[in-house]
Amino acid sequence: MIATIAAKELKILFGSPLAWTILGVLQLVLAWLFLSQVDAFLNLQAQLVQFANPPGVTEVVAAPLFNATAMILMVVTPILAMRMIAEERRNHTLPLLLSAPVSLSAIVAGKFLGLWTFLCLIAALTIAMAFSLRVGGPIDSGLLLANILGLMLLAACFSALGLYFSSLTAQPALAAIGGIGASLGLWLLDIFVQDIAPLHGLSLLQHFTRCNRGLLDTADFAYFLLFTAGFLVLAVLRLDQDRMP
Amino acid sequence: MPALRARNLSRFYGNHRAVEGLNLDLHPGEVLGLLGPNGAGKSTTMQMLTGNLAPSTGSVEICGVDLIENPVGAKTHLGYLPEIPPLYRELTVSEYLYLAARLHRVPKSSLDAAVKQALLHCGLEEVAKRLVGNLSKGYQQRLGIAQAIVHTPSVIILDEPTAGLDPLQIRDIRTLIEELGHTHSIVLSTHILAEAEALCSQLLILHQGRAVFSGSMEALCSERESSSLEEIFVRLTRQENPA
Repeated sequence: MIATIAAKELKILFGSPLAWTILGVLQLVLAWLFLSQVDAFLNLQAQLVQFANPPGVTEVVAAPLFNATAMILMVVTPILAMRMIAEERRNHTLPLLLSAPVSLSAIVAGKFLGLWTFLCLIAALTIAMAFSLRVGGPIDSGLLLANILGLMLLAACFSALGLYFSSLTAQPALAAIGGIGASLGLWLLDIFVQDIAPLHGLSLLQHFTRCNRGLLDTADFAYFLLFTAGFLVLAVLRLDQDRMP
Repeated sequence: MPALRARNLSRFYGNHRAVEGLNLDLHPGEVLGLLGPNGAGKSTTMQMLTGNLAPSTGSVEICGVDLIENPVGAKTHLGYLPEIPPLYRELTVSEYLYLAARLHRVPKSSLDAAVKQALLHCGLEEVAKRLVGNLSKGYQQRLGIAQAIVHTPSVIILDEPTAGLDPLQIRDIRTLIEELGHTHSIVLSTHILAEAEALCSQLLILHQGRAVFSGSMEALCSERESSSLEEIFVRLTRQENPA
């Protein structure tokens, strides 16, 4: 049932120009970033060789590319997520799901899976570009793996957050603005609260930066998973509240 | 065992009473007409019967399964057309029906047959490949009904199925409902009294959230000593009306 709903979300997404436009524009932006990083690496290569332990091509080209993708996902996800529940509410299509023998958690999980799959498609563009570096020489597969995992988990966090904001309202635009505001706030929390150490742990930036540097830490993974699960549960509760007197 | 049974069903929005103390029994093969002026609570009742709204008090049983305790089990026997058909404009007619069938747990092996049957039943074969968003209002309404019957549920709930249609389309949909009524239990809300008279074996007349009559058409006519449903309806819904 979850897969049916996920497939439906993807189908509707690809049935509208939105998904194609987003994929096209992002590919353009990411390719430009990628090429400029490659260019910078080629220019710096002569100087890098003089270091005792020089940064490799993965570190100079791929890591910033993943970082840029993460920033882009932060803005793009709420725009994709806004449709998921808010627009269904506005178009009065939710009764189809609500009167079918499907639980609310399956509905939310299906929508989450659909959205996350699409984001993984965007991530796949970045991953493919990073792997294309192998044409020129060996790449640091450990660093790459950490980045891929980090990006996918981050995409899951953004999806869950976006879905929750989408569940709050019947105005898709409002859901998008709320989602962007919240993810930006969580991203920058690190900078805002430099004096309060425990709050650092809440920042999405903190956790992703460590993956970006090639550090695989269970604490970060736990954070990403709890974050995702937490907002999905909130979205289910919010949907349930719609029915309540 | 009734196909649909509701007991003491109430729904309040804050202090406002939308529906109060509603009892309802629908047996297999019966068509129940839900009548009442605007704002009488017809749509709220239907939303409660389909699990789209939780009742403030009371219970609903569909084919003996409690809708509140086991919503997934109860909804398996249910097809629902809301006031505004829940259509995805981006899908084609047959894609949409396949989705509805899968959501209603039609087994994979009988998916094709179920969708074909629903297309045939609602006269949608010629538009099967068109986008839902490009359909006329009449076809959209038919697709809404097709979505509610694709899994051949025991209980079908139709909220104003003929609203906004032209006379020809209304006739088609009435014929369709009559056909469905032989094999399914149907709850149907309408403003058109002639429609209720033609289609329904049972009537439930709501006024300001309360049932003012519940029973068969013959019982209503003999009880109120009149053969005109319109006259009886006006009499019933004028009572205790402040306006």
